[in-house]
Amino acid sequence: MSTTKSISMLDPAILVPALRGAVIKLDPRQLIRNPVIFVTEIVAVLVTVLFVEDLTAGIDAAFSGQIALWLWFTVVFATFAESVAEGRGKAQAESLKRGKSDLFAKKLLFPDQKDNRASEVISATMLKVGDIVLVEVNDLMPGDGEVIEGVASVNESAITGESAPVIREAGGDRSAVTGGTEVISDWLKVRITTKPGETFIDRMIALIEGAKRQKTPNEIALSILLSGLTLVFLIAVVTLYGLAAYSGTDLSVAVLAALLVTLIPTTIGGLLSAIGIAGMDRLIRFNVIATSGRAVEAAGDVDTLLLDKTGTITFGNRMASEFLPVADVSETYLAEAVLLASLADETAEGRSIVALANADFGLTEPDLAGKGAVPIAFSAQTRISGIDIGDRHIRKGAVNAVLKFVGLDKAQAGPEFNQAVDAIARSGGTPLAVAEGERLLGVVHLKDVVKPGIKERFAALRAMGIRTVMVTGDNPITAAAIASEAGVDDFIAEATPEQKLDYIRKEQTGGRLIAMCGDGTNDAPALAQADVGVAMQSGTQAAREAGNMVDLDSSPTKLIEIVEIGKQILMTRGALTTFSIANDVAKYFAIIPALFLSTYPELGALNIMGLHSPQSAILSAVIFNALIIVALIPLALRGVKYRPVGAAALLGRNLLVYGLGGLVAPFIGIKLVDLAVTALGIL
Amino acid sequence: MTFFGWLQIGFVLVAVLLLAKPLGLYLARVFTGERTFLFPVVDPVERGFLALAGVRAGKEQNWLGYAGSMLMFSLLGFLALYAILRLQNVLPLNPQGFPALPPDLAFNTAASFVTNTNWQSFGGETTMSHLSQMLGLTVQNFVSAATGIAVAMALTRAFMRSGGSAIGNFWVDLTRATLYVLLPLAIVVALVFVALGLPQSLDANFVATTLEGAQQTIASGPVASQEAIKQLGTNGGGFFNVNAAHPFENPTAFSNYLNIVAMLSISAALVYAFGQMVGSRRQGWALISVTVILLVIGTGAIYWAETYGNPLLSAVGVDPSMGNMEGKEVRFGQAMSALYAAVTTGLSNGGVNAMHSSLTPLGGLVPMFLMQLGEVLPGGVGSGLYGLVVFAILAVFVAGLMVGRTPEFLGKKIEAREMKLAMLAVLILPLTILGFTSVSAVAEFGTSSILTPGPHGLSEILYAYTSAAGNNGSAFGGLTANTLWYNCTLGIAMLLGRFAYIVPVLAIAGALVKKPRIAPSSGTFPTDRPLFAGLLIGIILILGGLQFFPALALGPVVEHFVMLAGQSF
Repeated sequence: MSTTKSISMLDPAILVPALRGAVIKLDPRQLIRNPVIFVTEIVAVLVTVLFVEDLTAGIDAAFSGQIALWLWFTVVFATFAESVAEGRGKAQAESLKRGKSDLFAKKLLFPDQKDNRASEVISATMLKVGDIVLVEVNDLMPGDGEVIEGVASVNESAITGESAPVIREAGGDRSAVTGGTEVISDWLKVRITTKPGETFIDRMIALIEGAKRQKTPNEIALSILLSGLTLVFLIAVVTLYGLAAYSGTDLSVAVLAALLVTLIPTTIGGLLSAIGIAGMDRLIRFNVIATSGRAVEAAGDVDTLLLDKTGTITFGNRMASEFLPVADVSETYLAEAVLLASLADETAEGRSIVALANADFGLTEPDLAGKGAVPIAFSAQTRISGIDIGDRHIRKGAVNAVLKFVGLDKAQAGPEFNQAVDAIARSGGTPLAVAEGERLLGVVHLKDVVKPGIKERFAALRAMGIRTVMVTGDNPITAAAIASEAGVDDFIAEATPEQKLDYIRKEQTGGRLIAMCGDGTNDAPALAQADVGVAMQSGTQAAREAGNMVDLDSSPTKLIEIVEIGKQILMTRGALTTFSIANDVAKYFAIIPALFLSTYPELGALNIMGLHSPQSAILSAVIFNALIIVALIPLALRGVKYRPVGAAALLGRNLLVYGLGGLVAPFIGIKLVDLAVTALGIL
Repeated sequence: MTFFGWLQIGFVLVAVLLLAKPLGLYLARVFTGERTFLFPVVDPVERGFLALAGVRAGKEQNWLGYAGSMLMFSLLGFLALYAILRLQNVLPLNPQGFPALPPDLAFNTAASFVTNTNWQSFGGETTMSHLSQMLGLTVQNFVSAATGIAVAMALTRAFMRSGGSAIGNFWVDLTRATLYVLLPLAIVVALVFVALGLPQSLDANFVATTLEGAQQTIASGPVASQEAIKQLGTNGGGFFNVNAAHPFENPTAFSNYLNIVAMLSISAALVYAFGQMVGSRRQGWALISVTVILLVIGTGAIYWAETYGNPLLSAVGVDPSMGNMEGKEVRFGQAMSALYAAVTTGLSNGGVNAMHSSLTPLGGLVPMFLMQLGEVLPGGVGSGLYGLVVFAILAVFVAGLMVGRTPEFLGKKIEAREMKLAMLAVLILPLTILGFTSVSAVAEFGTSSILTPGPHGLSEILYAYTSAAGNNGSAFGGLTANTLWYNCTLGIAMLLGRFAYIVPVLAIAGALVKKPRIAPSSGTFPTDRPLFAGLLIGIILILGGLQFFPALALGPVVEHFVMLAGQSF
């Protein structure tokens, strides 16, 4: 996936509101959702109060003052991280809101009378489910609904960002319309299917804004771990007071506070929600709207991808791949004949023949003007196209139809011709016969062309531990041929909606998580059953309701990116948690000798970083602890890079970087901060 | 450190590893209800007991039922033991005519033996009647160990099954653990001990006239049988006050080998059985390797610190070639004393063959730290396995995310509920150990028991609560623990360390058993490889270290540096 789009964190348009947001988020009522940072804030308040007390009592308060300051920085950096993550979404949500601000609906007065288009104009917010509205040229769609009458082209760029209009019509798979989109030709009668305030665009705004952001299950579990660790360290620090008193050291609250805040996992605590928000934001930039964070998380866990063959694995249209002449016909002659015969075939298959003749034989479309050429257009009934030029009657089409045209049955067609036809059929392709007059010229091999690069993607998926299953309506022979060419792990041939559903259920009983995408109403049950169901924006309302994500680009390969984003979110969380915990080792070595240096100068041996003084050591640990949050914001927003190399290799690498790195980095970092603090003479 | 010393250590560990597989397979058969060679003998007895208790065979319990039965059984055992100890003066089999135990000591002792801790605030041979030893303490030596095994097996079943809520029947598991595992093994080991010269008698102590003509009372009793279950059940409570350093408890180098092998064998085999039962022997070996590696590291650290000795003693002319021999038995030597100390603390056994208080500061730090890691190396019978699984769950959760899937262990998703319960269990150790230590370190009733002031005194207190909460039972010596404050708080620490850990563990089992087992793929975090073993070692060390580093720094660590600077405690 393209992570090349850099996140311009320093963009003032995001930075300024983010700073304001960071301060607003200091409200403890909001902050309590994040226990680690909430504890940090309480501690910061406590140390601030003590600082003020010291100040008024005339005691040297420089140390407690600086500790207080950096504790506040720790909190603000954490809230800032969340604000920055929300920034981009906020801006996008604003533009969406403007689009839906003043929608009006032309509610039909007599919906039962088919030809009566009398309507009253009401505010879109007054609409009820089941109302029938009329939407005419230049009207904005007042709400989500289903077309019950009419055909129109609709500009959906407000939602999809795609400016090319799409066709919406009653019946079939293109009947769903979305509030806020604009009709640019003709008219539609639409039955409203969603209450105002709960429409697609409303949900999208809520999601993007993160206002109703629920913690995902894994996020909750991680928060529990972090809260637990916070408690453990709270116990360790509070009881240290007694142990120190026994040893004859009177620890001040400021240093205990410093110790506590450096030990509790503030790094991951501060960045946890930013990771989730940024992940959703990345999805939105991929034009995928997830109805819940849970689904995004599940995407990371997916074991099996169900992919439709057409449009996903193959280009969707059969394309000519070779010309096979029979008897004494030359290849070039056949190519020329079939080119002529296909000129009037406007289907994709016909065009592909022209393209192949052009590419492989350098033939261009001949100028037929004035030669009395009569093109015979392809029709689904005759299954033949062709051309008559003078007495040349060239035809190409389905084998049976062409044989009928030349007046032969299969046995009379000759072994060479039949062999070619059978070989093509066996390989999963479609043979087209070509004839001129009563003579068979040869066969065109039409085949489903697998998209270039798709095999490599499937191999990458396999390395991730994800199986790909191709779903197709083709017969098993054709399906098998394409499956092996595309490198999928399994296929469902002659698939019916029931079969898809059964397959998903079977896989799920075996303990696997399934993702699929679909657009049709008949896909809806399978979409609902799948753990991750991605509906196409171009699909029906039923499909969009059933899935837990909507792909605004309607591109089925998007599933692969979705899975990667899901994994990235989880990996980033794990990496920062590991990093955060590993950091604590160095902090102990900085702070513990500093705390007891007066009682036990011998503990100076633990000061392996050679920090300047007890006070600079403690302050350096606190400063490092705060700065590391800021330093890791870009990583949290961008996400840890996912490499499809298998779990063991991935874990080994990440453990090295974030585990060992987390162990070593703070030793260096704290030392550097200490050098800076000493050089500046702050203490 | 010598090559021969390491050879001895290796010899013991290899014996344990060799035993792990056959014993583990046997355990797996017993707890999955398959027939074993003991079936014809044991089955009628088992059915008799279960019928007596009114347990319908085959009826399984959910986690609440299981925990309820376990708690009820332990409570009844606690009350019975308390009553025996309070009434031993009027009960039979008291040839020495020992008086009844005072209430606080009886509470402490009852808590200690019900929790498989075997912390002894008393000297066994001068306090306990034979009846108290046999009917009171030894019964608990069996059933508290069996309780641990039962809980571990219930947790194992949660990984084996998908769906439903049944995790086994506590009464059946308890009976099987006792009849199929502990009792037969104890009989065998006790007979070997008798052959090695351990006394086994119901007579009173006898009086001997020494060469100088003085009268000496020689304590005796059913030592061999006590010793067998003490080790097999990772109980650790010795018949004698000096435990396995006493020549009657542990007369020879060979009996010492056997002691260590006996205490490690069931715990290691249970880990193997876990792997076998969840369908991945490699998983069992991965977990065993974690415990063995950590044990070797711990042993090596003690061995090194002790052979390095005390530079202050060398300075005044003590021959440094033997290392620090204070508090050690010459017949065991440094290597076997180090291994014993590491194993007994890594294992929640608590028996000792050398006085831990006399170890060098760093040598004493290691046993304390091994206990603070949560007694998982490989831990007490049963308790070690479930402790290890809790750590594995945490390790999988922290690092497992880094493979880009929500965490799972053995196909079971680890979610909020499991995390909550695991953290609840993990919190118990720091809360009780550090909480009580902190109070004891500042209060008069706490500090007055200290023998050696300064950092060593802090180590005495810290060690006591660590040992209690970890259900270990070994003592650092020095501390006068038989006081009202220590008897009560140590008793509470033992009860919390045991039951406040088990209940969340069973709740985890209850949560996991309902979940479907997710099929592994190449995207699944493999938990049976060296990488996971390394990760688990890291998590155990870092979590344990982070919790207790400040306390240890003020105790043994500072003592070490002060010693190097020329002052000893």
